[in-house]
Amino acid sequence: MDRRLRLAVWKFASCDGCQLSLLDCEDELLAVAEALEIASFPEASSAVAPGPYDLSLVEGSITTAHDAERIREVRRQSRHVVTLGACATAGGIQALRNFASIDELVAAVYPSPGYIETLATSTPIGAHVPVDFELRGCPINKVQLLEVISAFLAGRRPAVAAHSVCIECKRRGTACVMVQGVPCLGPVTHAGCAALCPAYGRGCYGCYGPMESANVTALARRWQALGATPQRFEQALRSFNAAAAGLQRK
Amino acid sequence: MPVGAKAMIVREALQGLFDALVTEGYRTLGPTLREGAIVYDDVRHVSELPAGWTDSQEAGRYQLRRREDAAWFGFNVGPHSWKRFLHPPLELLWSARRSGDSFEITVPAAEAKLALIGVRACELHAIAIQDRVFCAGRYRDDSYQARRTDTFIVAVNCGQAGGTCFCVSMGSGPKAAAGFDLSLTELLGADRATFLVEVGSEAGARMLERIASRPPTEAELAGAQAALERTAARMGRKLDTTHLRELLREQAGHPRWDEAGERCLSCGNCTMVCPTCFCTSVEDHSSLDGAAAGRVRLWDSCFTLDFSYVHGGSVRHSTGARYRHWLAHKLSYWIDQFGTSGCVGCGRCITWCPVGIDITEEAAALRTPGRAKRKEVTHEEP
Repeated sequence: MDRRLRLAVWKFASCDGCQLSLLDCEDELLAVAEALEIASFPEASSAVAPGPYDLSLVEGSITTAHDAERIREVRRQSRHVVTLGACATAGGIQALRNFASIDELVAAVYPSPGYIETLATSTPIGAHVPVDFELRGCPINKVQLLEVISAFLAGRRPAVAAHSVCIECKRRGTACVMVQGVPCLGPVTHAGCAALCPAYGRGCYGCYGPMESANVTALARRWQALGATPQRFEQALRSFNAAAAGLQRK
Repeated sequence: MPVGAKAMIVREALQGLFDALVTEGYRTLGPTLREGAIVYDDVRHVSELPAGWTDSQEAGRYQLRRREDAAWFGFNVGPHSWKRFLHPPLELLWSARRSGDSFEITVPAAEAKLALIGVRACELHAIAIQDRVFCAGRYRDDSYQARRTDTFIVAVNCGQAGGTCFCVSMGSGPKAAAGFDLSLTELLGADRATFLVEVGSEAGARMLERIASRPPTEAELAGAQAALERTAARMGRKLDTTHLRELLREQAGHPRWDEAGERCLSCGNCTMVCPTCFCTSVEDHSSLDGAAAGRVRLWDSCFTLDFSYVHGGSVRHSTGARYRHWLAHKLSYWIDQFGTSGCVGCGRCITWCPVGIDITEEAAALRTPGRAKRKEVTHEEP
């Protein structure tokens, strides 16, 4: 009898990039498949085995009534639910609709809006069902994904920090780009990418969403002092994690 | 040459010192240009030094500038400190592998001994403080001590003060007084450049014997002294340390902490760039098949919520409380704990704070009685 724990990977409103991060674990994929029975992963295989599952990795946000129902079924079938990426943890880029009128957006995009059935907002998985762990990023970092899976298998807490990108940036030895005049979202952004962009002289884009205690107001003042208009700062926040609670201004 | 002896070398002779250190098996580290800043990295040749470059520093601002001369050490401390090598940001403490019913633990082998070239007076003090933190107490950090035992230190006396420097206030500079093997004072003459070298240890004396030197003239000694006096007179910042230890203890309810908390990003940059901040966290990792595990130590910061997390939540939830903890520890509780201030006046936390919060300004503001919340309540009580 197969004694491996059973893994399922689910997709909601998303671009598939986070699921691809699992397939991108080329060197480790066999070890993953040895440790877990990949019972359901439609992106990788059309052979789908029914639940229940021990670990469900969920990508994407909830944008339709049908998906709002489907995620409840996923939760019912799963012992442990981990959300992957900005869509599943913050609503994703598609949550820009939350700041606009959905009817106007649909009318602007589709020739026959009447065929479109969608919710007014894009919301994270955690707004619908209890989630055991949220992994950030757009897309997620495969090293962190493997850490989450390894931790789940060992029954320990994943070593995934919620502090700023700056701490990773300084550990890496990068000279702060912001102090040298480049507006950067690093101080308000959740770690996880190993401070990739500042290492190449660019400001952080905020792919991992807000860090644990993001002081967006203070950072906005500094951006302005560096010559970035308030509109530019607003636009910088309105990206993959636009709807994340920690990024909303008081 | 005895400890305390002084000698002159032509500037190019410094290469001979690099070569001698490499021959002796040292990994030579020094200042070099990278990412628009002067950082510390592997340097084997004097041509890799930031000749002719300097920096301009203010709260939250750092910019490289060209010098009018070709000084090799004509700049102030940058984003890195020697902590990065003596107390690395990420260190594997041990790894383990399952073998049969048991497991085997492997501790990483010792690395090459380090030669630090271009260590400033404030940094010598910072190293001495970390030595005390890691080696002097009841609990010794073996890997730190192993790295320190064989460290060779070439200090450089500062020929200029930076915009955020305040070593004079902290009694930690600008002259390298102790804790080095050799110290250099760069003297730029009209026709040629030289270093006045001071011997700080027997190891330093042995190294100096391997390069050509001559005794200094009175004029050269006076020139070096004058340069240090000029530097001391031009500190970009000052910090009044009078009764600071007591003051900070008494001002826990000062409204300034919350004001700083509104500006502070709690990003942790100040603690990362500080040459004395030593806090770490430890992470355990395990492989997918459960056959291997490892324990890693990483630089941590008292500005994270996880840092003060105990059952039920973080003890220092507000950013103001975290800022207060950091500053009060640095300037007050550190003295209780280690018998010395935790601040050496290098100014890094001021320069590299993305929003330019200034420790000297904050400490000064605490001397002005604010309408302290805690006191107000006390006074209003019937």
